[in-house]
Amino acid sequence: MNAITIQNLQKSYVPGVPVLKDFDFEIAEGEVHALVGSNGAGKSTLAKILTGLTPANSGNIDRHGRDESAIVLVLQELNIIPTLTIAENIYINALPRRFGVINQASLNHKAKQALGRVGLKNLDPSLPAGSLGVGQQQLIEIASALEKESSVLILDEPTAALTGPEIELLFDNVRALQKQGVAILYISHRMDEIARICDRVTVMRDGRRIATHQVSEVETTQLVAEMAGSEISSRTAAPSQQKEKITGISVSNLSGGEKVKNVSFDAYRGEILGIAGLIGAGRTETLRAIFGADPISGGEIRLGPEQIPFHPKSPSDSVAKKLALVPEDRKQDGLLLPLSITANTVLASNRSLLLDDAGDRNATVTTGERLALKYDSPDQAVGDLSGGNQQKVVISRWLLCESDIYLFDEPTRGVDVAAKESIYTLLDELVEANKTIILVSSDLTELMSISHRILVMSNGRITGEFEPETWSREAITAAAFAGYENRKETAA
Amino acid sequence: MNMKRFLTDYAPMFIIWVILILLFGSLSDNFLSSRTLSTIAGQVPPLVLVCCGMTLILIVAGIDLSVGSVLAFCATLFCLLISKGNWPVPIAGLAAIAAGGVFGLINGLVSVCFKVPSFIVTLGTLKIAFGLSLLISRSETITVGMKLENLISPLPVLGIPISFIVALCLVVIGQFILSKTIYGRHLIAIGTNESAVRLAGVATTWKKVSVFVVTGILAGLASIFFAARLGGANADLGNGFELSAIAAVVIGGTSLMGGRGSLINSFLGVLIILTLDAGLAQVGADEWVKHVITGMVIILAVLLDVMRGEMGNRLLQKYQQLRQK
Repeated sequence: MNAITIQNLQKSYVPGVPVLKDFDFEIAEGEVHALVGSNGAGKSTLAKILTGLTPANSGNIDRHGRDESAIVLVLQELNIIPTLTIAENIYINALPRRFGVINQASLNHKAKQALGRVGLKNLDPSLPAGSLGVGQQQLIEIASALEKESSVLILDEPTAALTGPEIELLFDNVRALQKQGVAILYISHRMDEIARICDRVTVMRDGRRIATHQVSEVETTQLVAEMAGSEISSRTAAPSQQKEKITGISVSNLSGGEKVKNVSFDAYRGEILGIAGLIGAGRTETLRAIFGADPISGGEIRLGPEQIPFHPKSPSDSVAKKLALVPEDRKQDGLLLPLSITANTVLASNRSLLLDDAGDRNATVTTGERLALKYDSPDQAVGDLSGGNQQKVVISRWLLCESDIYLFDEPTRGVDVAAKESIYTLLDELVEANKTIILVSSDLTELMSISHRILVMSNGRITGEFEPETWSREAITAAAFAGYENRKETAA
Repeated sequence: MNMKRFLTDYAPMFIIWVILILLFGSLSDNFLSSRTLSTIAGQVPPLVLVCCGMTLILIVAGIDLSVGSVLAFCATLFCLLISKGNWPVPIAGLAAIAAGGVFGLINGLVSVCFKVPSFIVTLGTLKIAFGLSLLISRSETITVGMKLENLISPLPVLGIPISFIVALCLVVIGQFILSKTIYGRHLIAIGTNESAVRLAGVATTWKKVSVFVVTGILAGLASIFFAARLGGANADLGNGFELSAIAAVVIGGTSLMGGRGSLINSFLGVLIILTLDAGLAQVGADEWVKHVITGMVIILAVLLDVMRGEMGNRLLQKYQQLRQK
């Protein structure tokens, strides 16, 4: 019998940009149903709609008499409150009380049992949850979900932070719940896990259901092909590979933090080197490490054809060496929103003693023209501009610096179509001017239409390099998932 | 600077100050006498100097609670060097300024390099400086008599003391640095979004440390004028001074969240606070009334400021909605 039946579901956060389109889906009692798809396919939105975190625009959701509270979601992002104890985190919605005061003894006793279910029976439930590692925090969240009287459990990338033995325990729990008739929706990038514990798998792409298979009857290659889609990208950037390859920057065995592991590549002048991969694959962290924004724990960076060694200690070192970073989150890391367009534009290039208001304004207007920046006055606050124009301000900052090596992190995210075109035009100009460009994007169609070469990162490593002649959506998507396979060997 | 900027930026504070003067002038016959005004003029310089530094610190989203007790320490040291050590006044003055700079350097290095909130670090140095003042003064008041008279007595031609001129010059220089130099622009930028400034390749560490050092130095300089006015110094003379300074700066519209502030408005904030104080005393208000009213003025000033910010945000949202359509 079905636990949930969905018919014709429609959802969009922004009018005109659908996240779920004509979506049909069903999950049965006692079934482990996998949901797979690339970034932005709509998996997390579906999970949020099922639990009532966000409403659907239209369509039918039949929960077969179940209350929304019987559908429990373990989010990909951790929701631990670090200052509370482990026990309090597990029972945050149902703390046992006596005379209006939390009954700590009963709470800890119950928590001890809940922890046992996820293999943490030796953990003291009265410790603050913040003292645990990420993997154990994830297990606490799972323990908390298991304690709830759920008939549908949604696990969104539950093994992202877990090691081999912890994954095994999770699977044991999943199987036990399955026997009790609980329906489990298992969202994951990891094909090997899906093959092991799931009954059926549904592939999503661009908000649609592409196919549903019995896991036992489908090959991974077919799933990857379905996730990638068959549309053929239309190249707009003419490949200029006839030119002599002059190195702009070469990175060898770069490591840093938890997300960058032994990354090596060369980027050439007059080339756009695209970096594809899933969210969390370490692409942003790689750019930040190269730019000196995060510490580097190993490896080398060399600049230019002369291969001059470069050890960035801070972004000011890299700016001095003509590097530029257009960050992923422009509001957090790029812009001074209350300050003027001029102040934002000249922020990196201005190195004299006194401000030159007239000169700065002129420079802002001139670079603004190159990007078709739309504004009322250069003295206007940047916060007043639209997302696309804000992004142009960040980019024009680096044009003013006459940077040579550009690191773009999701430059067209949240940017309207017209602004996208201006940014693409500018990229062409930079290529023409023989600049080195490294561009991270989660939009594969975009990457395939503007890059001269594409690297794929997966789980902190480079797992593929493609030239226009050899690339395909399937091959790139397969490489993006490659780093997450055989995890047990790497974890052991 | 054009007229429009002057009107929107400084005129409101100036008008409030003038209203206060006229109000107390009409309530008390003696208020507009030269004695009251020169009392205010005497109190202005030390507070203004400290407020110049405090404004810069608040702009980079820090705070300095130690200024009052650092000022007391510097003043005590200064008086000791003159009376017990027989040091010449200029040399003793330099020593006091240097001592203030050292405290500022400690505040800046510890809070910026070790990422300890400046609130905590300067709370610590507040106690340290106070303790050291007790130590060197042996808990006594050190008097210097009339040796420093010429620092605070009115100059023959201008009719105002040299201390006042120094304070005024520093306000003007400071405002120039803040609004006309790259360094000043970077301070505002750091207070607005430090992460973005760092990622634009701007060195932030030394700039943040520097505002604490400048504040320490200015507290040292202020201590000289303070000692000159009192004819001596003791460990207690800075009690509550940091709060007056923060109040004056906040009344002047500087944001505690960083990114916004003006030295000229801080100067006007000092005038308002001291005029209020002297005016209330002049009309015979009880001590408790003075405190209550000053407190209300501080809250009112910040409320007005918050409302101004909210209004700006609302307009911004409206504007963005219109753009999306």
